[in-house]
Amino acid sequence: MIPASYFFILSLILFVLGIIAFFLKKDLITQFMAVEIMLNAANLAFLALGKSSGFLDAQVIVFFIMTVAAAEAAIGLAIILLIFRQKKSIKTEDLRSMKG
Amino acid sequence: MMNFLFFFLAIICAGSVLAMIATKNQAYNALFLVLAFACLGGLFGMLGAPFMAVVQIIIYAGAIMILFIFVIMMINLGQGLSPEKKKWTIIFSVFLVLVLFAEIAFAAKSAFSSFKSPGAGSATSPTDLGRHLFTKYLYPFEITSILIIAALVGAIVLVKRREKE
Repeated sequence: MIPASYFFILSLILFVLGIIAFFLKKDLITQFMAVEIMLNAANLAFLALGKSSGFLDAQVIVFFIMTVAAAEAAIGLAIILLIFRQKKSIKTEDLRSMKG
Repeated sequence: MMNFLFFFLAIICAGSVLAMIATKNQAYNALFLVLAFACLGGLFGMLGAPFMAVVQIIIYAGAIMILFIFVIMMINLGQGLSPEKKKWTIIFSVFLVLVLFAEIAFAAKSAFSSFKSPGAGSATSPTDLGRHLFTKYLYPFEITSILIIAALVGAIVLVKRREKE
């Protein structure tokens, strides 16, 4: 069997890559995808913990995280579409004014 | 065998996230993310959570990333591929269809012959998971259903074009 620590290391790598992607990318959609990567890294860590401890609760929590991520994606993409309609751009450097 | 599978999936997963960071095209970013999430689904299956693996592939790599791709296509309407590249897409898509056909045929064959549980024997069954979800976590479950409804209605109201403007 593969030790759980391998999965934790992979989860750590994915989380850090998500953070890097979030800060390197300059458009809202890709930054949003970076957030999804971080959520998935957390899911992987939860499932590895659930496997090593034997509790079923980890899978339930992952289920909830996925539901919340789906809701978040729907709302976030709607907001991005609104921003695109108003500013004609989703680059972060074009979004400088607070007022719509 | 399990070790090899783990490293294979882990390297593809991390590599496709790296490729996502490196490429500029948003549509390619989304497709790399689909690949990464599919590999994560495989890893979930190795962790003894077959239901979560299937949910990961259907919900994440399927539904959520399709949402992203829809929005990307609504936002940047670039020109299509050049004819030279189009030929390659046809070749690749035919290849992928053949792979998918072989996969489904293999699955159907093994389903008809005799049912064998894939993977490690310690996998938790969806029955246990469902029982857990509807007893101990009943209230959080109901609250997430309200959350989903609120998100759906909110998204529709946000994007709807108003008559006055």
